[in-house]
Amino acid sequence: MSAKVLKKLQSVLGDAILETSSFRGDEEVRVALKDWVRVAQVLRDDPELAMNHWVDLTAVDWPEREMEGQPRFDVLFSVRSYEKKHRIRVKALVKDGEDVPTLTTVWAGANWAEREVFDMFGIRFAGHRDLRRILMYDEFVGYPLRKDYPIDRVQPLVEYRDADDTLKLPPFGIEEGQPFARVDWEERLAGRDEQVSPSIAVQTGQRRALSDSEIAEAQFAKKPEESAAE
Amino acid sequence: MEPADEILEDDDEALEIPADPMRLNMGPSHPAMHGTIRMVLDLDGETVMNVDVQPGYLHRGFEKSCERGTWAQVFPYVDRLNYVSPMLNNVGFALAVEKLLDVKVPDRCQYYRVILGELARICDHFTCNGASAMELGAFTPFLWLLKVRDWVWDILEKESGARMTHSFARIGGMAAPPTEGFKDDVRAIMPEIRKVVGEAESLLLKNRIFLDRMEGVGKLSKERALALGVTGPVLRSTGVAYDVRKDHPYLVYDRFDFDVPVGTDGDNWDRFMVRTEEIRQSLRIIEQALDQMPDEGPVSIDDPRIMLPEKREVYSTIEATIAHFKLVMEGLKPPKGAVYSYTEAGNGELGFYLVSDGSGTPYRLRVRPPCWFNLQAAREMIMGDMIADIIPTFGSVNMIGGECDR
Repeated sequence: MSAKVLKKLQSVLGDAILETSSFRGDEEVRVALKDWVRVAQVLRDDPELAMNHWVDLTAVDWPEREMEGQPRFDVLFSVRSYEKKHRIRVKALVKDGEDVPTLTTVWAGANWAEREVFDMFGIRFAGHRDLRRILMYDEFVGYPLRKDYPIDRVQPLVEYRDADDTLKLPPFGIEEGQPFARVDWEERLAGRDEQVSPSIAVQTGQRRALSDSEIAEAQFAKKPEESAAE
Repeated sequence: MEPADEILEDDDEALEIPADPMRLNMGPSHPAMHGTIRMVLDLDGETVMNVDVQPGYLHRGFEKSCERGTWAQVFPYVDRLNYVSPMLNNVGFALAVEKLLDVKVPDRCQYYRVILGELARICDHFTCNGASAMELGAFTPFLWLLKVRDWVWDILEKESGARMTHSFARIGGMAAPPTEGFKDDVRAIMPEIRKVVGEAESLLLKNRIFLDRMEGVGKLSKERALALGVTGPVLRSTGVAYDVRKDHPYLVYDRFDFDVPVGTDGDNWDRFMVRTEEIRQSLRIIEQALDQMPDEGPVSIDDPRIMLPEKREVYSTIEATIAHFKLVMEGLKPPKGAVYSYTEAGNGELGFYLVSDGSGTPYRLRVRPPCWFNLQAAREMIMGDMIADIIPTFGSVNMIGGECDR
């Protein structure tokens, strides 16, 4: 069933597809990193593909490949279509230290998955607005799922820290299309406002979403502070 | 002292109440939340204006640990992912490796796995619903529902030898065939479970407090849920009828007649009701599986490269001794390649992405925990609601620390 997806993908972005494979019924395409987001957008927006359901993003470390001059990491994501019931896995080879463009702009679900890959493999996602460690703590040295990280390594003791200068605090400020909003209780009690979460209010047009320029502005305003922290 | 009206004339802002949001830490160890998780809240009065959900407190390096043993040694670890329904994880991982090996277990085993898995699912949903009710102050339904868990665990203990962490599935079969009275045991508790579901509903569904705290609280929209990768009862409560058992049938789920219950609003109430109804559907599946399951026949595939030979033969024949030695010391060796296999666990799509380099050790083993993405969406459910609404919302998301943080 998903073989149709491969065909369709090849006809839509034939130049971007470097390789396709189908192993045990899992369809996979390999694309160049520069086409990463473009492929994702086609997967989501093409009416025949309609991959609107986020599944997963992960990475695989191949340190030996680096010695042969090949990129070290595989980064892969899978998505599926709720209506068409087909799925696909997209893979790209990533060099150590190379940035992967973020997919959070295409599927919101990529947020935590990318944070986890950053945490575990040290792969940075360009454009991700909240790239903090998620499973490990900030003082953790190294990236545990890399093959060159020994499983029995002892981590340095972390000194007692004040709440002021720890990155574990939330970076409240920039929003992913969800403005801070209070619930309008009067409206809701009167039955006129049936929506609860502000995010839903944005989707249904009851509230205004942040525009791209506003987000960019907030990001710009945030930058000097971030660089000072580093 | 100046009179108050003079202060007001001088400075308009003197009597203003500070309008900054209050920051509150909830967790990582909070008595009203099950699971170690930290939430940093920005509050305006009692309204949650923003929340940052911080998982990771139960991280113990599951994926890293799996990358140094044999494939079969992963089973005890997967038990500890979702420790409320370990049998589903067991079977999910066994199916993933079997997909990599391209083998299929005998029919009898498939039914056996379905029945045990559905029992575990019943357990999972009862625990979640019971705990949700308890967190809202209803302690009786909690105990009432948990007694079912005990009945189910009695059966699972009889079959596998352990009440919780079974490690019962094997690559290519099960550790043991069904016990003699297995079908009768399961048939005996079915009407009892059905009765308890009805009783729990009559205890809760007309309770004003319960209704007020569940209805319209913690809403999530359909489109948002899909984009965030939400699966399982949380996704179905938003009206998306996605169930792996129905959409991509594995084992023998295509031979059963069952419905996929969906909600309409995606609020706590819908999540509660979807779970309740799924218990009934699981019972339906078990009934049909019990009728269809053959009483005779092998439970595991007959391949010495995959399954351990019987102990009796290991002690008496050289072939079996060698096969046993090879499997224990080197492990079974799947062909090179990568597969993603997914099953419907208690909380949604539980996926295993396995990479094999042809050796006896997994090169990479990635779990796609359903909780991880459900919890990611919890932020949007919580925002805009009152601080007290976090408890039922978080309860109905059913975050399981072991699975979420791995």
